[in-house]
Amino acid sequence: MTPPMTPPVAPSRVESRTVPGGVGDSAARPDGVLKVTGEFAYSSDLWADDMLWGVTLRAPHPRALIKSIDLGPALAVPGVHAVLTHEDVPGEKHYGLDRRDQPVLAVDQVRYQGEPVALVAADHPETARRARDRIRVEYEVLEPVTDARRAALDPGCPKVHESGNVVRHQPIRRGDPETSGAEVVVTGEYEVGMQDQAFLGPESGLAVPAEDGGVDLFVATQWLHVDQEQIAPCLGLPPEKVRLTLAGVGGAFGAREDLSMQVHACLLALRTGRPVKIVYGREESFFGHVHRHPATLRYEHGATRDGRLVHVKAEIVLDGGAYASSTTAVVGNAASLGAGPYEVPNVAIDAYGVYTNNPPCGAMRGFGAVQACFAYESQMDRLAQACGLDPVEIRVRNALSEGSTLATGQVVDMPAPLTDLLERARAFPAPPPPDRSDARNLPGGVANTTRGEGVVRGVGYGIGIKNICYSEGFDDFSTARVRLELVGGEPAALVHTAAAEVGQGLVTLQAQIARTELGVARVTVAPADTAVGSAGSSSASRQSYMTGGAVKAACAAVREQVVKLAEARLGRTLGEVTLRDGELRADGVAVPLAEILAGEAVEETREYRHRRTFPLDPVTGQGNSHVQFAFCVHRAVVDVDVELGLVKVVELAAVQDVGKILNPVSLAGQIHGGTAQGLGLALMEEVQVSGGEIRNPSFTDYLIPTILDMPPMRLEILEHPDPFAPYGLRGAGEPPTLSSTPAIVAAVRDAAGLPLTRIPIRPEHITGT
Amino acid sequence: MRTDPAVFLRPATWAEALAAKAEHPAARPIMGGTDVMVELNFDRPRPPALLDLTAIPELAGWERTGGLIRLGAGVPYTRIITELGDALPGLAGAARTVGSPQIRNRGTVGGNLGSASPAGDAHPPLLATGAAVEVASARGTREIPIGDFFTGPKRSALLPDELIRAVRVPAAAGPQQFAKVGTRNAMVIAVCSFALALRPADRAAGTGIGSAGPVPLQAPEAEEFLAGELDWTSPEALDERVARRFGELVAAAARPIDDVRGHAAYRRHALAVLARRTLTWAWDDYRRETAGAGDVDGQR
Repeated sequence: MTPPMTPPVAPSRVESRTVPGGVGDSAARPDGVLKVTGEFAYSSDLWADDMLWGVTLRAPHPRALIKSIDLGPALAVPGVHAVLTHEDVPGEKHYGLDRRDQPVLAVDQVRYQGEPVALVAADHPETARRARDRIRVEYEVLEPVTDARRAALDPGCPKVHESGNVVRHQPIRRGDPETSGAEVVVTGEYEVGMQDQAFLGPESGLAVPAEDGGVDLFVATQWLHVDQEQIAPCLGLPPEKVRLTLAGVGGAFGAREDLSMQVHACLLALRTGRPVKIVYGREESFFGHVHRHPATLRYEHGATRDGRLVHVKAEIVLDGGAYASSTTAVVGNAASLGAGPYEVPNVAIDAYGVYTNNPPCGAMRGFGAVQACFAYESQMDRLAQACGLDPVEIRVRNALSEGSTLATGQVVDMPAPLTDLLERARAFPAPPPPDRSDARNLPGGVANTTRGEGVVRGVGYGIGIKNICYSEGFDDFSTARVRLELVGGEPAALVHTAAAEVGQGLVTLQAQIARTELGVARVTVAPADTAVGSAGSSSASRQSYMTGGAVKAACAAVREQVVKLAEARLGRTLGEVTLRDGELRADGVAVPLAEILAGEAVEETREYRHRRTFPLDPVTGQGNSHVQFAFCVHRAVVDVDVELGLVKVVELAAVQDVGKILNPVSLAGQIHGGTAQGLGLALMEEVQVSGGEIRNPSFTDYLIPTILDMPPMRLEILEHPDPFAPYGLRGAGEPPTLSSTPAIVAAVRDAAGLPLTRIPIRPEHITGT
Repeated sequence: MRTDPAVFLRPATWAEALAAKAEHPAARPIMGGTDVMVELNFDRPRPPALLDLTAIPELAGWERTGGLIRLGAGVPYTRIITELGDALPGLAGAARTVGSPQIRNRGTVGGNLGSASPAGDAHPPLLATGAAVEVASARGTREIPIGDFFTGPKRSALLPDELIRAVRVPAAAGPQQFAKVGTRNAMVIAVCSFALALRPADRAAGTGIGSAGPVPLQAPEAEEFLAGELDWTSPEALDERVARRFGELVAAAARPIDDVRGHAAYRRHALAVLARRTLTWAWDDYRRETAGAGDVDGQR
């Protein structure tokens, strides 16, 4: 038994009036205009006058032994400054987020197509590529392991790593599903294809060798310090000699949690003594980062005749590909959230994450919860049908609420207004029938495939449960340094964290918090780098909570110092103090901060930690493993051309509880974006892998939704504060990615009358051809 | 930037362009770059030279002579949509489905013919209307009937020293349709596509099939079937059985494969649906034109 969670401290007071540009305001993004006008400097725009270009030689086979490597012809190319293999890695040869199982450069064998084998630095990118193409590698090609379920369950399956193919098996056991007394049982087998994060800015960075023998790396990433932790040992350097600065990030969605070109650029820079830039092209990017785990999910749901769940059994197999990446944590989410946001007394879930010779998979928005959500929501619809209930009604009858216990034994000790979310989604007015005078309103759009022939409307619902912040006992924290001083006679705050702005609006939010907490208008957010303590990852919808919490705490510390300064200057103790509009207000008087801070600067650094979590029991899966839960409901309305199998999503409506709205425009962007990514998974996005090889590594054939695929959205946002979280907020970026997919698939099923158990749905699944 | 060709040629006149192509027969012509740049980005071809034809004024216009449109090789899809929607409705319909607005501003029929992709959106309407490709070299000019132009996947009858000057497309003499299936609602390469052009004066219909064979195809049996079945003089509502049979014959003319964009069986099925629907729409249009407005219950 894990100890119960400590009760919350008194919730922080939420400002009753919004400060301009403060918390709750749609403060303008400093990077917004630059990005829209194409002026923003992304990591791929980095430049040093004397820099070299690095390129990577990648394995063409998913599984092979390296018999020999001949670098001679590459080294002979004029303009080439270095050609490196694993023998040139001075320190640790392997790295990894969770297990150090991934080689910097392949050592004697390759485990996936595209695995880095050698590096070239040259004075021109074309020279580097030509030299790379002259490296001679002799492979002994082996039969790849590509069947994840076999890798999980068949002890006779060849091993991808010596340690065995199962990276993690997490059971969840609650009650006894075999004696649940179910009157209605539905089963289903579901499949989720491999989704790509499809960020627009490919992996890139610039490594600059330093005079102290270290290296400065400018790179687009999600967590500077965990990169530093992994890079330094490989370079054989102490961490303080590997300094990272965040370069402009063109999207992340989990794909930048793992290292890509970081160690490679540093190795080449340190070897050549010159700055080295590496930029992947789009095709290389598909091989250069992890994807969402493809999954097969077998479910059995048991219920009473009136639709109350009595048991859930599930086997979930997640294909982690060649290296562990974050597979262990993805398994933890799929297992612990595998029964969905429902009260179920009897649960038996077995989630497996395995090694195969398929492309490595790791973090992507929704992280294990997405795959499970598609399956359990599909099951809820089946159950609704079996019980003769409306899809919303069956969910309402089983929905969690505050005080409910999850399959892991964890009690939901924060608001969980799921019934309200579902009822609001159901209450949205139905969109009108399509205006057929404009082809863009019909499936196929301007491609002119129908004037209404074969078009059937469908409606579907989905709801998900996502854990916010890192789980399972991880000691997670974020650090913020806040400095308040006079600049040009006016009070100004400087916020410094290592938190990665990946497009979500975190730089804006940090300034908003400082404005609200310190009552100053002028706030600067310093570039994120490793000169300040770790902020943790821009992952798990956690940065508003964690770095927001850290900035808030640092501001509170600064405020205390300001009060002390004021008391010293005024020569008396002050009662309740507020900082607002550049003034300190207490006891009915207002003192300009300019007077209090004259000649002084106040600077404070704080680490913020969320409440403690605990590991899941390896046998029973019991444990208070999660910090916070977040919920979103989608209603999808689709028009399906059932003869051609083409889908037009007519409307997506979402209801989400976010605890507290910090920035309305940013929040809407997160919900729109998360919903669109869920639409992509439902209808088109798949890295197609055959025999371990990627068949569509390009945006020509890996399709992501366009503006003509993504419908207008209806949003309704609820604010039930979480007493444990800063401002009562709830992480918001991931939940919509969970629920939009099953809602859309349910709507297509409703229209087409087909089971549709695999995503993305392809036209031939609907036409049966 | 992926590949830096050794030579970049930018002739200012058509004569200079032909001379350059004669001197550098391996040079890759580039107009809008919507095919060429994609290929270069993939690092597949490494042409020794690029021949940029965007500066040549002769290519950038179109002219009408009697019933024939001579469409310069450099006219972008956007202009086909805005300027030629009435004269070439099938081609304009295909143009609307090309890429995104930015790509339609750059991409040209001439350039896409040069690539000769089996999936080129403009190709089926050119086949359906019996267009001809006007090609030229320093040796002279010749016309290649569109049916002879495509010789294999991304291969054409163009000789190494030849450039595409224009496409000669008969102006529409009856209803035309183009329809394309893709797995998203815009900016997608065709899974399959179909074009139909009715020519009432000839009592005939032309067809074109895209992305369902090694080259863009016609469906001659389907065309013959229609010629025999349709009553052009006093057109009745289309018999559902005729539409269905036409769809089957179009599907039978396709030679599709399984690939990342779709399966062969689906492509055949979808072509049958597209052929049936487009014939219905085109025939309804024809009946409306014949009978005068208002007494056809064509559109559902």
